[in-house]
Amino acid sequence: MDLTQITSSVLASGPEIIIILGACVALMLSLVPRPGQGALLAGLSLVMIALAAAMSLTLAQNPQTAYGGMFVNDGFSTFFKMLLYLGTALTILISDRYLGTEDAAKGEYYVLLLFALSGAMIMVSGKDLLIIYVGLELQALSIYVLVGFLTTNTRSNEAALKYVILGAFSSGLLLFGLSLLYGLTGTTQLEAMGEALDSVETSSPLLALATVFLIVGLLFKVGAVPFHMWVPDIYEGAPSPVTGFMSTVGKVAAVAVILRLLIQDLAMLDPIWRGSVEAVAVLTLAAGSFAALVQTNIKRMLAYSSIAHGGFLLLGLLAGGSEGLASVMLYLLIFTVTNLGLFAVIVLLNRGAGQGENIQDFSGLAKSQPGVALMALVFLLSLAGIPPTGGFFAKFYVLVALVDAGFVLLAVFAVLLSAIAAWFYLRVIMLMYMEQNDQPAVFQVSPAIGWALIVTFTGTVLTGVLPAWFLGVSKAAATAGLG
Amino acid sequence: METILLFAPLVGAILCGFGYKYIGEKAAMWTATGMLFLSAFLSWISFVTFDGVTQHIEVLRWIESGSLSTSWGIRLDRLTTIMLIVITTVSSLVHLYSFGYMDKDPQWKEGESYKPRFFAYLSFFTFAMLMLVTSDNLVQMFFGWEGVGVASYLLIGFYYRKPTANAAAIKAFVVNRVGDFGFALGIFGLFFLTDSINFNDVFAAAPKLAETQLTFLWTEWNAANLLAFLLFVGAMGKSAQLFLHTWLPDAMEGPTPVSALIHAATMVTAGVFLVCRMSPLMEFAPEAMAFVTVVGASTAFFAATVGLVQTDIKRVIAYSTCSQLGYMFVAAGVGMYSAAMFHLLTHAFFKALLFLGAGSVINAMHHEQEMTEYGGLRKKIPFTYWSMMIGTLAITGVGIPLTHIGFAGFLSKDAIIESAYAGGSGYGFWLLVVAAAMTSFYSWRLMFLTFFGKARGDKHTHDHAHESPITMLIPLGVLSVGAVLAGMLWYGSFFGHADQVGKFYGIPVAEASAHGETSDHGEDAGHGEPAADDGHGEATAEGEHHYVFAGKPGEGGLYFGKDNTVLDDAHAAPVWVKVSPFIAMLGGLLMAIWFYIINPSLPGRLATAQKPLYLFFKNKWYFDELYNVIFVKPALAIGRFLWKRGDGGTIDGFLNGVAMGVVPFFTRLAGRAQTGFIFTYAFWMVLGIAALVTWMSIGGGAH
Amino acid sequence: MPIDFLPVFLMVAVVIALSAFILTLSRLIRPHNPYPEKNRPYECGVDHVGEASAGMFKVQYFVIAILFVVFDVETMFLFPWAVVLKDMGLFGYVEMFVFIVLLLVGFAYAWIKGALEWVS
Repeated sequence: MDLTQITSSVLASGPEIIIILGACVALMLSLVPRPGQGALLAGLSLVMIALAAAMSLTLAQNPQTAYGGMFVNDGFSTFFKMLLYLGTALTILISDRYLGTEDAAKGEYYVLLLFALSGAMIMVSGKDLLIIYVGLELQALSIYVLVGFLTTNTRSNEAALKYVILGAFSSGLLLFGLSLLYGLTGTTQLEAMGEALDSVETSSPLLALATVFLIVGLLFKVGAVPFHMWVPDIYEGAPSPVTGFMSTVGKVAAVAVILRLLIQDLAMLDPIWRGSVEAVAVLTLAAGSFAALVQTNIKRMLAYSSIAHGGFLLLGLLAGGSEGLASVMLYLLIFTVTNLGLFAVIVLLNRGAGQGENIQDFSGLAKSQPGVALMALVFLLSLAGIPPTGGFFAKFYVLVALVDAGFVLLAVFAVLLSAIAAWFYLRVIMLMYMEQNDQPAVFQVSPAIGWALIVTFTGTVLTGVLPAWFLGVSKAAATAGLG
Repeated sequence: METILLFAPLVGAILCGFGYKYIGEKAAMWTATGMLFLSAFLSWISFVTFDGVTQHIEVLRWIESGSLSTSWGIRLDRLTTIMLIVITTVSSLVHLYSFGYMDKDPQWKEGESYKPRFFAYLSFFTFAMLMLVTSDNLVQMFFGWEGVGVASYLLIGFYYRKPTANAAAIKAFVVNRVGDFGFALGIFGLFFLTDSINFNDVFAAAPKLAETQLTFLWTEWNAANLLAFLLFVGAMGKSAQLFLHTWLPDAMEGPTPVSALIHAATMVTAGVFLVCRMSPLMEFAPEAMAFVTVVGASTAFFAATVGLVQTDIKRVIAYSTCSQLGYMFVAAGVGMYSAAMFHLLTHAFFKALLFLGAGSVINAMHHEQEMTEYGGLRKKIPFTYWSMMIGTLAITGVGIPLTHIGFAGFLSKDAIIESAYAGGSGYGFWLLVVAAAMTSFYSWRLMFLTFFGKARGDKHTHDHAHESPITMLIPLGVLSVGAVLAGMLWYGSFFGHADQVGKFYGIPVAEASAHGETSDHGEDAGHGEPAADDGHGEATAEGEHHYVFAGKPGEGGLYFGKDNTVLDDAHAAPVWVKVSPFIAMLGGLLMAIWFYIINPSLPGRLATAQKPLYLFFKNKWYFDELYNVIFVKPALAIGRFLWKRGDGGTIDGFLNGVAMGVVPFFTRLAGRAQTGFIFTYAFWMVLGIAALVTWMSIGGGAH
Repeated sequence: MPIDFLPVFLMVAVVIALSAFILTLSRLIRPHNPYPEKNRPYECGVDHVGEASAGMFKVQYFVIAILFVVFDVETMFLFPWAVVLKDMGLFGYVEMFVFIVLLLVGFAYAWIKGALEWVS
């Protein structure tokens, strides 16, 4: 590698470098406590994210690989990075208030968010299994700490510990799968690996084993059945903004890796995993939808709902092709804005020490806070997939892709289960609009959260009004990804 | 310009509904109203300057999926521009009126802010309605259709502290769902058969549909008839036609400006608009058209009988609306869409006028709505009295027979009755004439009970009766002008000679000498030759020129079939037909004078003497009771059964074998696995891995 | 293919054999004279609290161990870097400093947070 190659590689990874630099600066700043530090760090993080986003967009002009083919900037990765920026920025906006009410404002919070973001970005851009793995670990380690960020809250600590152990277990499995693949092909680079795998019989037991472990490691991150057990406990225990962050940014990165591996570079593995992933997708949809029905904690309910949405994403994966790819990407976009919007409302309802997370706390919201209730209504309708919100089109396009690919039975099943799933979102709406509450939630919407709400609300509505445009963007990115 | 016109109310609604906390109540309300006036101004410009050629304006691309490709577009033709001026004019006046009417509403305490919400709903409704009428495809229309439904629901239930208002709102919503179901089925059917939901494609395919047979509900149907019927079911719901009419009178629980805007002038006419819009399809569906005529005539008659005995001032007008809508459907049913649109336009003016006038009376009488409590208000609220008088003259159809001079209702109603006669519907014709007599009776009864005679009811209230503020009187004045002039101004365009009407709607016309030859053309056209050329080619120049419509389906605002000669036949109707509505009107007026001026004790005695009939009318033919027994009670029973059963299933904890048992079962299963112990989770993961390994190495590899 | 790994297997075998040999040898020739002080776990001269087998380690051990690993790895990178520094030129020189600065950020954080204070 000569100097020009190295420089261009460094340039290609510019967004990641910006984020990491920002994290370092924020870390140093956090060491000197001063009043208004939280706002300063949040602002700095947002600026860094904006810079990185600008740089990503600039780089997207000419797609290129860097670091000897281990790292790539293409339309696919740019789309996902934009999602990651959006998710992280929204998380930062809703965090300040939460940390205030929970009395846990510490500068490290934003540092960890940025590190997690950079890890996710590396996952998205990685074109080499080891790079992907490193990114995944960077992201996971940061999130472990974030989950346990409420040091005086036992639920938070418990969640962090569970997540560390199960997460380590899953990444061990993933690493095992990677090593098997390396053993079979002699390379970790995806393109070379794809070429090498073409000559391997798909009936080879070792290849099946490698695929299983690879997929299990990734399905764990998405929270698919039966690797979903961690999701409710950890979503419930983690600080609410972190839960929102995990359910969006964490999921987006994991799905990006799944798509890159299973649909793009290692597409030849398809016959091995297809049947079992179909079963997993159906089980995931079912388990998420059914279990959510009886939850009383809103975060736990959203955890199951997020599992069910993961099932939908897997359906898009099964549909395959550029249509399936685009539908999954659109789904993630809509899910990100909608879900974080709802988490912003949850943060508003939080009264410290886990108070205000029961779904009963939503009752009477329409009367005491009509504006917020209306937004929550739209978010819930979108999650339930009711038109004309974005959520409808998210599900719609996945179903269309599925039917086009000939999986009519799966589509029917998905529609039935989302009808069940709609019920628990409607329950919250009923509470908000029909129930009286003696002690209505009292809160002021801070400017930061206000912005987050406006962005997510606009996003949810816009994706419902202009789905074709967003689908067009996703399609362009998807075709860029398929090469 | 059309885009601005369409979105201005939406912008107003958003600014007003969400922004009033920042810009203040007054400013918010003025914003919404200003936007509406802008929209109305642009509408009039586009109405006046419109040249008859259908335009398509694409606003944005919308749904793209397979063969279903829809953009959000505006279809601008004469039909649209008529609806535009109706909607925006009445809506802007109602906005203005609401400043006075909604001020210091007794439903709210001091300091509560409800007015911006009201204005935002009104503006949102207007936007949805505009979307409905401007749409160039069925799906967009359906969205507008549902949008106005939602707005109507919100506005009927605006007094949400009144249980009756909530019940009425829900009733309106539910009854409309029945109609919407038909409408949705119709859209699916059209998409299924024509592979498109754009009006142009659907219209072009209409002749083919007439020859297609379709199996639905185990029976063979003619596709055009079936689809037209299904669409009409949607129209029945929205336009409160018989069997689906029960929600409209109850909807009067909403504030009066709402009644004027939504439940008189605009939303309820959406059904009529739909039938006219789909005229290319309707023309190929004779049986469905006959059904439309029968339903319309029956509704006109039925609602008029009920209107005779109601005592609530708004309910009288509500039934009158229902009845007038029936008139419009008769006109559409016999193929004279233009007359339907004519009545729609004039009706919008005089019915909005009557409603707003009633609102003014109600306002003067401190929200008392029973006419038995009124009387002698002529002197106290003279301006309201005179405007209501104009409205009554218009609705009862006062004019000089056999000329084209008269109040708006005179011209449009006569046009419909003549069309009904010419269209060969004796049933429609006679029912409409009788209904016209009753219309006259109940309208004058309303006037006499309210403004004449001695003051009845609470003396205190009567002493404090006062004329309404200027913001309420201006709309009354403007609408009065419309109620007087609208008929005379546009008679030629809507119901004149075919060339006039054709020019107005942008429908090509062909010359023809006599009707006989016209029908020959029809047969020729049936063989697939372009009809327009045909007409020109054979046009004979002997003396007087006759014109016939010769457009292709989808060309121009309306479509008249080749053998549709109702217009000419109506002009050639015998004199007794043309005079009959006038005589009916006179009869009704005289009866009213006798009953309520000369001999005021007569109505009471008659009611006692004819008790069963009186109660039958008074209780609206017992429709509500009937529906209660047939639909509501069984539905409640089923619901209760399922609920008890389902609930029991959850508690008893065993799979009952019914659907309601399965869901809780799985829920518990998924919940039970969630022990909270980390080793359980890890154990499940290991089990999962084992299962996947087995599956992938056996299932995936062995092929 | 396994034959390629022969040196590794040999290495493993030698390591096992050597450690077994050393332990056996010392067992054979050392004097056996235990007393309490001698049986105490070695804790850098600080009195231990409770039994190590009960899991009661002072948490600072972990922190210092982690920091040790970090800088250990840094040193491991420094050796090969130093060997090829000439070939890599200025860029390699700068890049190592980037690496060190990144580590320093973490180190400074740990230091200021008091992770290196033994008694908190």
